[in-house]
Amino acid sequence: MRFSSVAVTVALGASTAAWTIASDDVENVLQNSFVAKNQATMERLERDAVQSACSAPRGMPLDNDMLASLRAERLDAIVLPADGQYLGDWQRGAEVAGNGRGLQSSDDPTQPNGGNCYACHQLAPDEVAYGTLGPSLTGYGARGQSEAMLQYTWTKLWDTHAYNLCSHMPRFGAQGILTEQQLKDVMAYLLDPASPVNQAAE
Amino acid sequence: MKKRNLGFTWFVAWLCAAQLAADDGVFDQYRDLMGDDNPAVFVIDEGEELWFAPQGPESATLEACDLGLGPGVTSGAYVRFPRYFADTDAVMDLESRLVHCMTTIQGRDLETVTAKPYSLRGDFGTEMEALVTWLAAESEGATIAPEQTHAAERAMYSLGEEIFFYRAGPHDFSCATCHEQSGMRIRLQALPDLTSHTGAAEAWGSWPAYRISQGLVRTMGWRLRDCFRQQRWPELQMGSEASIALQTYMAVNAAGGVMTAPGLKR
Repeated sequence: MRFSSVAVTVALGASTAAWTIASDDVENVLQNSFVAKNQATMERLERDAVQSACSAPRGMPLDNDMLASLRAERLDAIVLPADGQYLGDWQRGAEVAGNGRGLQSSDDPTQPNGGNCYACHQLAPDEVAYGTLGPSLTGYGARGQSEAMLQYTWTKLWDTHAYNLCSHMPRFGAQGILTEQQLKDVMAYLLDPASPVNQAAE
Repeated sequence: MKKRNLGFTWFVAWLCAAQLAADDGVFDQYRDLMGDDNPAVFVIDEGEELWFAPQGPESATLEACDLGLGPGVTSGAYVRFPRYFADTDAVMDLESRLVHCMTTIQGRDLETVTAKPYSLRGDFGTEMEALVTWLAAESEGATIAPEQTHAAERAMYSLGEEIFFYRAGPHDFSCATCHEQSGMRIRLQALPDLTSHTGAAEAWGSWPAYRISQGLVRTMGWRLRDCFRQQRWPELQMGSEASIALQTYMAVNAAGGVMTAPGLKR
């Protein structure tokens, strides 16, 4: 970062108010700079509380009390599986983990969304095309299937901000990216001892 | 014998590891193989022809177009963008400046020249892509030095930074989601850290680029639009304030780096 954005905003606000084109009006700039395309509507540019709180440029001072209450709010809003069953089919889960489509303007909205886990995480050791933005989840099943572990993992997938506010990870349950069944299948892909995630590399 | 086999195994393992570690290794090798034979050379020629071709109701060439260094000066102009222009009282990127010249000098219709700035897969390249490619080549080897003297240019940087970190859409993605850390990759694709000088210089300095997988030259304007498609956002418009702001953020972070465009990418 070249300089603190706070300092820039303050300096510009004081001396050249006419030229702070939109530093405090970023929503308007975005509304004038984008156009809706297929399923990607303009409403998507409006931020909710999590998105607003997590949009601060690096180095900006943060309100820790606000962040703590926001995190608690997210934890309260977690929806656990209605039937108490956390684990689906790991084979279907593998498909969800590898599928990067869904919700882009270029995607067919009648097809199921993917979770695209491999974009950011290493999972099955035989899959070499994995990203590194998130931690490796290879061997995740070694953590076991206690009720606490199941709930923790479900919560992380449903809304990562309940534990780690402003994590880069999407809120797969809370934002309706994946269905409850898809989440169960991903849970099985992570936790089932038979899943390739928990097998040694061939 | 046994030892030699083991050595060979280690060599193969090292090669695989190096390949993975290098992330973009395959494409680096491809680039080395191609040497100066970037297919973008044809697009550069086309862009130069278009600059000197009389067009529009005024049947004028773009030679009177002022890219910031005076009318008709193309050498070294691209590395100074985005910049403030007094005649439009606005900070412009190269694409919006070209649109301005097409409408004012050649008398062409704004809607027509902005209707389809970027080609689709399987298309021939567009006029905008060819002009930008040639003008970038006119700055090849030059130092990236965007203007930050006018208050509007500094405000544009600040706005760009704000948009860079703006999280929105069903996946909560911002530019920063993928581009605020060094040494990361998505699947096997290396991701430049655009908040750092090194990452920004590498990225800003290598666009426009010939995309091997698409058989087309792509501009930075297109690159941004396609990033937002993947962010699940609506479509970014060429020459929009958000596009110019983000380009200003990148170019200023890249200042001091070398323009190597047109690049060659996967």
